Amino acid sequence: MHHESCIMNLDMLIKNGHIIDPANKVDEKLDILVSEGKISRLGKPGSIPANGAHVIDAAGKLVVPGLIDMHVHLREPGFEYKETISTGTAAAKAGGFTSVCCMPNTNPINDNRSVTEFILSQARFAAARVYPIGAITKGSKGEELAEMAELHSAGCRAISDDGKPVANAAIMRRALEYSKIFDMLVISHCEDSALAAKGVMNEGIVSTELGLRGIPRAAEDVMTSRDISLAELSGGRLHIAHVSTAGAVRMIRDAKSRGVKVTAETCPHYFSLTEEAVRGYNTMAKMNPPLRTSDDVVALKEGLKDGTIDVIVTDHAPHAADEKAGEFDYAPFGIVGIETSLGLTLKLVDEGVLSIAEAIRKLTAQPAAILKIDKGTLSAGSDADITIIDLSEEWVVDSSCFKSKSKNTPFNGWKLKGRAVQTIVGGKS
Amino acid sequence: MSLSTKDLLGIKSMTADEIKLILDTALTFKDVSERDIKKVPALRGKTVINLFYEASTRTRTSFELAGKRLSADVINISTSTSSVVKGETLLDTARNIEAMKCDMIIVRHSCSGAPEYLSKRLKSSVINAGDGFHEHPTQALLDMFTIREKLGKLEGLTVAIVGDIMHSRVARSNIYGLIAMGAKVRVCGPPTMIPPGLECMGAQVYYDMDKAVEGADVVMMLRLQLERQAAGLFPGVREYARLFGLNQQRLSGAAKHALVMHPGPMNRGVEISSEVADNTPVILEQVTNGVAVRMAVMFLLSGGTKAEA
Amino acid sequence: MSVKEKALILDKTGIDRALTRVAHEILEKNKGAGDLVLVGIQRGGVHLAKRLAIKIREIEKVEVPVGSLDITMYRDDLATRKSQPVPQATDITFDIQNKIMVLVDDVVFTGRTIRAALNSIMDYGRPKRIQLAVLVDRGHRELPIRADFIGKNLPTSSKEKVEVMLVEDGGEEKVVILGE
Repeated sequence: MHHESCIMNLDMLIKNGHIIDPANKVDEKLDILVSEGKISRLGKPGSIPANGAHVIDAAGKLVVPGLIDMHVHLREPGFEYKETISTGTAAAKAGGFTSVCCMPNTNPINDNRSVTEFILSQARFAAARVYPIGAITKGSKGEELAEMAELHSAGCRAISDDGKPVANAAIMRRALEYSKIFDMLVISHCEDSALAAKGVMNEGIVSTELGLRGIPRAAEDVMTSRDISLAELSGGRLHIAHVSTAGAVRMIRDAKSRGVKVTAETCPHYFSLTEEAVRGYNTMAKMNPPLRTSDDVVALKEGLKDGTIDVIVTDHAPHAADEKAGEFDYAPFGIVGIETSLGLTLKLVDEGVLSIAEAIRKLTAQPAAILKIDKGTLSAGSDADITIIDLSEEWVVDSSCFKSKSKNTPFNGWKLKGRAVQTIVGGKS
Repeated sequence: MSLSTKDLLGIKSMTADEIKLILDTALTFKDVSERDIKKVPALRGKTVINLFYEASTRTRTSFELAGKRLSADVINISTSTSSVVKGETLLDTARNIEAMKCDMIIVRHSCSGAPEYLSKRLKSSVINAGDGFHEHPTQALLDMFTIREKLGKLEGLTVAIVGDIMHSRVARSNIYGLIAMGAKVRVCGPPTMIPPGLECMGAQVYYDMDKAVEGADVVMMLRLQLERQAAGLFPGVREYARLFGLNQQRLSGAAKHALVMHPGPMNRGVEISSEVADNTPVILEQVTNGVAVRMAVMFLLSGGTKAEA
Repeated sequence: MSVKEKALILDKTGIDRALTRVAHEILEKNKGAGDLVLVGIQRGGVHLAKRLAIKIREIEKVEVPVGSLDITMYRDDLATRKSQPVPQATDITFDIQNKIMVLVDDVVFTGRTIRAALNSIMDYGRPKRIQLAVLVDRGHRELPIRADFIGKNLPTSSKEKVEVMLVEDGGEEKVVILGE
């Protein structure tokens, strides 16, 4: 403990970096002084004396608020063979993320205070900050609401039955209504189970050719439409998870223009890949919602560009190698993503879809604002969660080097440009 | 001329020349089955494993006979008699089999892609004996062999495939093969059983069976899985039979010489009337030809496996 | 490596003379054409068997059954070949049980084809006797096999190739030695 506090107390001066802090509309070269784990002050390059502080030269680098991934699966408790809070946050840190929100589909499910407290206690020594998301319904069974006040007071800022939709519209309505007591965010996994049925990939030409059961885009669209209506009815704060279809983008855009309290996220794989990646029965391209078509990719990029989609998340879903091997039908849905997210998002910047500031905003200020957490900025006085990015570094994805316990990525071997070279959490790097 | 791969996984990746090679080779093997001594030593000393994860007496027997008539040693492994039920993975099972030094593994699996998965990881030749809704290449080859035998050619023929196209690997393999060989393919069934993208494969889609059958040289009926009713894909057997069942009257719209085919087992009175079924000797000839075609496939794939090892 | 014709061994007339003699020898050895059947080995032997049958008919005024035999599936090198040969038709539509069968081939070389033919024939029935007639015996036997009727004995190098060309296959009729 003594040793730790020593590091905490060592001041840090990040010099000559290009600061992008979208929340404060900062986009210029500044030095940052970190003291006692907080951002102490910012100033013109050379204006802050080091005074014995540890100096980090960030010349030619980007200095941004610590990235936030509001949709990950850390698998603990229950599935520690896939990932633990320790390995998952180490992976987050390697990917440039200082905060993650972990979904409640653990075993036991995070539908009560003791699981939330367990996660938070495990997270005390983690490499990144962990924000647990509670379940909407008990056991995520979609039947009875979980005790939201308990979850809230234990530390949950959002609820979700992610992995499964809340099939019963009345229950979803009640969740959205009840959440207003705590201003809790309700994150919806939009999928009509009957339409998705036993599907394992997007329904279309490729599923026909491969002879795999398809999940129609309508399975997502129908539920997105329902939940937007329920958000409108209830006045609760709805957040649509992992948007993958053009239809959902269109409906969310329309809802936002009508003033419905709805926000949305998508993942790098949905704007980087299409259903074609499944060919060869590639289980690394199996996730839910499934990879869609090039039309959907175009629509997602449009939605990211015009602000319909507020946040980029990973849906980091670690699975053991054995689980992802074998028959496509039997492989679990999901891929790891937190160590490739930034590189894939920066491709959008290269393609001209997003400005660098917009890209960073979707990874920092936007998720923080939606979650109503005091993160995602470099304001003086805030926690010193800082990510230093080298935009020019070219690298090849090598899953064997992942900090994550699992290596299930479809991006292995991809050449990416730009990566986090230093991730500082609470003033510690 | 030889086959370009060590495996037969599907018709989609095959050229017309490769299909023709198999059909031509099958012709000589058909003679073998008609001799008193129905055996040639072509695969003497080779070991062939029938690895069946899905029950199928007909296909398994056909492959078994084909292997035995080529003098291979054939072992059958089916889900009920293996460690499959104990939860061993597909790859572990296959590697164990391969460790016993087999040359060829014939895989039937309810999951699409399972044979392809194994083929990438095993040295043995893998033959797809039907995987999920993906492909059933030897069935399509025997269907094409039978059509060519009866009608003298494939090119320019019109073939109507009727029934549950969505869940049919037989339909997919036949669509690829027939189109590669220059035939025109019509597919027909209720829209609930027509998967998207068939037009991209080159087939024409019909919902009206009379129109699909009109002038057709071949009417290929697919077996209706009765449990699809529960999934809401059709309202009832009676209505299905009325709209998509083949009876004598409907058949009269096809070409005079039209062949009626069925991969079996038939649901009499559902997709095919007994009257039509009993007047269609071709359906049994398909079974006979199945052995010859599978012998040809096994023979052609057996070349070179040892030489390269 | 170019392959060229090194020597002309038999021309059209020479082939015909040799076949006439072989036909006489077959009849002489078997004391007529009773119980006689001819089976040509695919591909070179099939036409020769048909020609011998015509000659026998001219000599004895008897119709001898003629069949063809494909030995592909009985070859002893199937397991080591890179790709499989395409089998030709076997067409033996008559009963061979207790018959005197004359196997006909164009060239006998290592003897392996004849070994395969003998095995194959046994799967069709049990002839009383099997004899072998060839147009050319070029030596270099690898198995204890000997022809009963030989059109032409031809000492060769094992690197050379003996080619029998017949009008039935189109082109000039001749037997030649090919070499580098």
